[in-house]
Amino acid sequence: MTEIRNYTMNFGPQHPAAHGVLRLVMEMDGEVVERIDTHIGLLHRATEKLAESKPYNHSIGYMDRLDYVSMMCNEHAYVLAIEKLLGITPPIRAQYIRVMFAEITRIRNHLLWIAAHGLDIGAMAVFLYAFREREDLCDVYEATSGARLHAAYFRPGGVYRDLPDEMPKHAASSVHSEKEIRQKNINREGSVLDFIESFVERFPKCVDEYETLLTDNRIWKQRTVDIGVVTPERALQLGFTGPMLRGSGVEWDLRRKQPYEVYPQLQFDIPLGSTGDCYDRYLVRVEEMRQSNQVISQCVDWLKNNPGPVMIADHKLAPPQRTEMKQDMESLIHHFKLFTEGYSTPPGQVYQAVEAPKGEFGIYIISDGANKPYRLKIRAPGFPHLASLDEMARGHMLADVVAIIGTQDIVFGEIDR
Amino acid sequence: MMEDSAPASRVEQLAQAYGASMRTAYGENTLVAPSEQLISLLETLRDHPEARFEQLIDLCGVDFSDYPSSLTEHPERFAVIYHLLSVSRNDRIRVVVYVAEDRPVVPSAVDIFACANWYEREAFDLFGILFEGHPDLRRLLTDYGFIGHPFRKDFPLSGHVEMRFDEKKGRVVYEPVSIEPRVTVPRINRQEPNS
Repeated sequence: MTEIRNYTMNFGPQHPAAHGVLRLVMEMDGEVVERIDTHIGLLHRATEKLAESKPYNHSIGYMDRLDYVSMMCNEHAYVLAIEKLLGITPPIRAQYIRVMFAEITRIRNHLLWIAAHGLDIGAMAVFLYAFREREDLCDVYEATSGARLHAAYFRPGGVYRDLPDEMPKHAASSVHSEKEIRQKNINREGSVLDFIESFVERFPKCVDEYETLLTDNRIWKQRTVDIGVVTPERALQLGFTGPMLRGSGVEWDLRRKQPYEVYPQLQFDIPLGSTGDCYDRYLVRVEEMRQSNQVISQCVDWLKNNPGPVMIADHKLAPPQRTEMKQDMESLIHHFKLFTEGYSTPPGQVYQAVEAPKGEFGIYIISDGANKPYRLKIRAPGFPHLASLDEMARGHMLADVVAIIGTQDIVFGEIDR
Repeated sequence: MMEDSAPASRVEQLAQAYGASMRTAYGENTLVAPSEQLISLLETLRDHPEARFEQLIDLCGVDFSDYPSSLTEHPERFAVIYHLLSVSRNDRIRVVVYVAEDRPVVPSAVDIFACANWYEREAFDLFGILFEGHPDLRRLLTDYGFIGHPFRKDFPLSGHVEMRFDEKKGRVVYEPVSIEPRVTVPRINRQEPNS
C-alpha cells in the first residue's frame, strides 16, 4: 500500500509571520504546498462605507489606518482625488512638502518591510538596525503633524501646517544621563528640515549596513533566490504594481509615467529586477530606499530656499486663520460652515492613483454633488498581490510561503479595508 | 497627461463595435458597455494592438439606488466598474456595466484578467452581484456565515447583528445590534432642487 502523505494545514490568523491576521488553509503533499486557500477579511472595517456617511475631510484619518505603515501615501491619493474633483491645485510649497513626506513614508515602509521580511526568514539583526532609523522618521512625523503614525497631515488644498522651526529634543531622566542626552540631541538643534537633512546624509551608510547583513549572505540568498518567480506577463495578468511589478522587469512607476505634484522636477532612478524572484524584489526595494533618499534631499534644498503658503487661500475649503476670525465676520462664517457642513464637490467620477510604497494605491470617488462621497472605492496594492499567493507558492516548500508573504509586503489594513 | 486624443478615439471606434459608448470627464475616459458584450469588449481592449490594456487595476460594484434622479444616466440599480491600465501605451480607461436589481448577473472576467477573481468575490460579497462563470464565488471580506450584502445602500451602517462572548454558553453569540446610529454632520446636497 502507498503511504498517504497529504495534509490540510491551517496557518494563522495569529502567527508572527502572518503579518497581522492572515489565515491560510494549505493543502500539503508532505512539505510541498499543493494549494492555498487564503482567508482574508478578519480586519474588515468597511472604511468605504464609513466614508459615505462622513464629510470628505473626516475620512482623511481613515486613510492613515488603511496601509498603516505608509500612512501619508494613502492620504496623498485621497486628497489628490478630491482636488481633482474640485479642480484646485495646492501651493507649490505644499506640493514639495507632500512629495518629501511621501518619500519619507516610502523609506519608513521599506524599513519595516526589510525588518519584518528579514525576521520572517531568520535574519534577526536587520530588524534592530532598521527600527533605529525608522525611529528618527517617526520623530519627523511627530514634530510636523503631532502623531508618530496616523498623521492626518495632508488636506485637500495643501497640508495642515508648515514645517516647524524647531525639532523637539530628548530630555534627561533617571535612565538617560545629561551627557548621553547631549549626544542624542546633536542633530536636533535646528529646524525639522535640518534634522531631515542630517538624516539624509547619514542614511545611505545605514542602507549599506543592511546590505552587508543580507545582500551577499549565503542563507539569505538560499531563502530568496528563485523563490516565488513571476514572469512579466503573469505579473501584469495578476494585477501587480509597484516593486512587485518592477521586480519582474516591467518598467512602470506612476511617479514617472503619470506624474503628479512636483515629481517631474525631481531626479531619481527607477530600479528594475530581471528574474522576478524574491531576491530581485529585495534588491529593487533596497535601491528604492536610496532613490527616495535622493528625492528627499532635493526637496529639503528647495524647501529651505522657498518659503510660502502651504494651503490654498479659499476659505470654502481651508479654515481661516484664528486671528482673522476675531476681526472678520466673513471668516467666522466660513469657519462655521466648514466645520458644520464641510464642502461639496461637483457631481462626477474620478480615479486618482499614486505610487505608494507597495504599488498603485488608487482612490475612486463617485460624487453626487453632496458634502460626502456617494461611493468611495480604495484600490489597495496588496489586494491583488495577496490574491496571487496561491499561484506564487504552489510547488514551493512550506517555509517558502513565509518568504513569499514577506516579499509581497502584506499589510492587512489595506487588504481588508 | 492622458488626453492623447487620437488613440482615445481609436479605442472609441473599437468599443462601438460592441455597443459601448464613450465619454470623457476630468480627463478620464469611460465606456458604458452592455453586459452581453462585456467579455468580448474586455478581450478586445486587452489584445487589440491599438488598445493593449494589459492590466485590470480595479473592479468594484456600485449601488446607485440613492443617486439623485437628475444625475442618473441609467435606470438600473447596480453597476460594475472596471478600471483598466495600459502599461505599454500609458493609458487608462474605465468600463461601466449596469446591472438590473431583479437579476444582478454579469459575466465573469476571470478568464481575461486573472486578478478579477478576488475583485469579483468582493463585489459579490458586498453588493450581491453574481458573476457568471466565476470558478469560486464565495464571500471574501465579511465574517463566516454573514447574512446580507453590507455595501448596498439599504444596509444600515451599524449592521444587523453584534457579537459577544457568552460566559454561560462558553462561546461567542450573535445578538441584534444595540448601537444607535449617530449622524454628526448631515448629508447636504445643494445640487438637488428639493434639499
